[in-house]
Amino acid sequence: MRAAFPFSAIVGQEEMRLALLVAAVDPSIGGVLVFGDRGTGKSTAVRALAALLPPMTVVRGCPYNCDPTADAAACSAACPVPAAARTRKPSRVPVPVVDLPLGATEDRVVGALDLERALTRGEKAFEPGLLARAHRGFLYIDEVNLLEDHLVDLLLDVAASGENVVEREGLSIRHPARFVLVGSGNPEEGELRPQLLDRFGLSVEVRTPNDLPTRVEVVRRRDAFERDPDAFLARWRREDGKVRRRLEAARERLGTMPVSEHTLERAAKLCMALGTDGLRGELTLIRAARALACLEGDVEVGDTHLRRMAAPALRHRLRRNPLDEAGSTARVERAVQEQLGS
Amino acid sequence: MSDSAPRAAAVWADAVLAVRLLAADPAGIGGILLRAPYGPVRDRWLALCRRSLRGEVPLRRLPPQIGEDRLLGGLDLAATLRAGRPVAEQGLLAAAHGGLLLVPMAERLSPTLAGHLAAALDRGAVVAERDGLTLEHPCRIGVVALDEGVSTEERPPASLCDRLAIHLDLASVTLREASLPDDEPEVERVREVVAVRSDETVVAALCEAALMLGIPSLRVPLLALRVARAAAALAGRDRIDERDAGVAARLVLAPRALAAPARPETDAPPEPPAPTDAPEDRTASSDDSLTEIVLQAALATMPPDMLARLRDGGRRRAGAAGRSGAALRHKLRGRPVGVRSGSPRAGARLSLIDTLRAAAPWQSLRRAQISATDGRIAVRPDDFRIRRLKQRAQTTTILAVDASGSQALHRLAEAKGAVELLLAECYVRRDRVALVAFRGRGAELLLPPTRSLVRARRSLAALPGGGGTPLAAGIDAVRVLAEGLRRRGESVVVVVLTDGRANVARDGTGGRVQAEADARSAATALREIGLTSLLIDTSPRPQPVAADLARVMGAAYLPLPHADATALSRAVVATAGPARAA
Repeated sequence: MRAAFPFSAIVGQEEMRLALLVAAVDPSIGGVLVFGDRGTGKSTAVRALAALLPPMTVVRGCPYNCDPTADAAACSAACPVPAAARTRKPSRVPVPVVDLPLGATEDRVVGALDLERALTRGEKAFEPGLLARAHRGFLYIDEVNLLEDHLVDLLLDVAASGENVVEREGLSIRHPARFVLVGSGNPEEGELRPQLLDRFGLSVEVRTPNDLPTRVEVVRRRDAFERDPDAFLARWRREDGKVRRRLEAARERLGTMPVSEHTLERAAKLCMALGTDGLRGELTLIRAARALACLEGDVEVGDTHLRRMAAPALRHRLRRNPLDEAGSTARVERAVQEQLGS
Repeated sequence: MSDSAPRAAAVWADAVLAVRLLAADPAGIGGILLRAPYGPVRDRWLALCRRSLRGEVPLRRLPPQIGEDRLLGGLDLAATLRAGRPVAEQGLLAAAHGGLLLVPMAERLSPTLAGHLAAALDRGAVVAERDGLTLEHPCRIGVVALDEGVSTEERPPASLCDRLAIHLDLASVTLREASLPDDEPEVERVREVVAVRSDETVVAALCEAALMLGIPSLRVPLLALRVARAAAALAGRDRIDERDAGVAARLVLAPRALAAPARPETDAPPEPPAPTDAPEDRTASSDDSLTEIVLQAALATMPPDMLARLRDGGRRRAGAAGRSGAALRHKLRGRPVGVRSGSPRAGARLSLIDTLRAAAPWQSLRRAQISATDGRIAVRPDDFRIRRLKQRAQTTTILAVDASGSQALHRLAEAKGAVELLLAECYVRRDRVALVAFRGRGAELLLPPTRSLVRARRSLAALPGGGGTPLAAGIDAVRVLAEGLRRRGESVVVVVLTDGRANVARDGTGGRVQAEADARSAATALREIGLTSLLIDTSPRPQPVAADLARVMGAAYLPLPHADATALSRAVVATAGPARAA
């Protein structure tokens, strides 16, 4: 595998980068969907984020990446680590960013019996799948609109419950599987089912930059990276470090960041004006605005944060209005203008 | 013989050069998209490709209907059972590592297959999670995609085209020009491609030329840069010069041009400068003369008619609207596209072989468990594999007939005749038909989508005429119906027969002004969902109001010629044609 392109070296695409960082600060936001033009570095950005994330603490030897401070009962009964030993010598590991490749079979996604052990030793043992590997990390689906329908259903189910249940060969396994779902795709390859669309917390649209200086810079950096990855990574290590520290600081602040009644009301008014379905939009908007305030180092969540997160948090939740020719982004912007002023 | 001969000779020379470039840096260049009909010219070119690869480097062919297990690899069942431990089988992508992968009939490649190829090209590796195994193999390949498309609509998936640097079109080349180079060159030992340096000006010039030619993807200038680098390496240079940039312009940029460039520096810039945080003076670093050279090199290879077409407002970008519905999964009908685990209930069909395959590795384990000795194969519900079938999308033609008084007077009978012909046409194609009529105060769905020609005929014959023209209501009814069908993955063709003179508004009240405004807004809404549609003007003399409505609706416009129902039917078939091909 090639090394990942440094996150801070990505030119432009502010909204996509911000959405990824916001989703990384608060996993409960529910992930990011990146939809847009070809060759805009969608996959590059996601893989870059993976390299940037600060390491996390896990129970040593636990195949489900459990947090040592969490309740031992939350982990699967199939976990080989005894409850008493869970807090002993925890290990620091990189946050998993698990790729769900196209053509993955169901058994590899949810986990299945360990084939090796069944064949060589005649034992029934559960081998965790991609969902277990992604616990507390990210699950990345490139070309999400090409994914098989039955896998999409399965992912939706697990993403909603935060738990993966497997019934195989008389084994009954359940283990926690809370992950940030990141999907990317090109709308020309096919639309995404509305049920899946709504499951993503944030959605961003990426466009190819069409001003020359930006385009030249993109090609120049990419070329430099491909020709000498090590030197390029070394050059951006400092910048990436800054972003990582910002992310860590934001996560620490998240628990104490105040959201005033006033801000909650403003968010509710905005969602009402847009007619978004259900409460999910409102909740996501608040959480995203809070994560943004933490990232920016602000003292409380205000209109500026709502304004910046309104489009990514709400644009994919609008009812389609065939009589309105404007795109959903323009509709959100219009509502923001009316409700929050500029 | 003609003036096309020198051009064809130049095209062939570039095609020969393209093979050498690809051989120099297959993984960097990604590959070649070759548009050419099957024939001796293409065979000659492929022979060149093969010759460029002598040695151990593989050339693999991708069978068009290859399954994911063969493409990505998986569990080798026979070897696994023999060895008593899991043995992985290499897929085609991994086997092609270091060489070329030939993709015949690329224009028929499925988006999923193209997605696999794109992922392999991007990562330089094939990663699969299949059959209880995690497989990861290096896969640095060059892809040679053979595009045999006939019409301009028939193109290989854009996700693949975007990643193949060189696009060639050999349609104009005859056998006379397609000479094989006499010398059997040794497999070229070129200097390290990566070591070739590039000046900032080259990067800037390629980017600027791509932008001026209206090429949106940022992958393209990057690929152009790699091609220029390979060209320099072939020529034995350690720095890209203008000739190499010219090669990249001819092979990478020119075939993708979507716009004719405005003259640099004299005209307005091609794009309004967007706000950017990059310093503005960067533009100054791009050498205008080099950009001009690159641009000229690109323009020189374009056939004159193509340039004219681009000047006339650009090539039509092949829209993929409705693509998602072009094929849908079905449990019982259609072409098999593989298996998945699941229970053979609700009409799904069990795939016996695949079920047995799934059960095979677990036999020793299960035998130990149930202490069975009778040699029977123990199959569990987990093993059940069901067939996945893909069905051609159903096409439904929605006929919306204006049965108002103004119509009834002169044309309804004629329109009915035309519609009957259409019905017969749909019947032959096994399409479904729905019939919407609008008159008086509103619209009515006379016939929900059906294949029954008899029913359609009967409800049409019984269609009464008279009353006002609630055109907006009629178009709205069509839209609601079409949206429902589209959600189920069907292709929809809309045919509206009207004189365009609306006089009943959406709310059922009379008044021409409001009625026409409503009709226009309904037409806009119908256009928004992006269907193939046709508006047939049924008034005795073509009406500007109807032509205008067709424009707003994004529909083809056809004035009904006097009593010529055959021509009408032909027009519908012609309009519906592209939608069916999509």
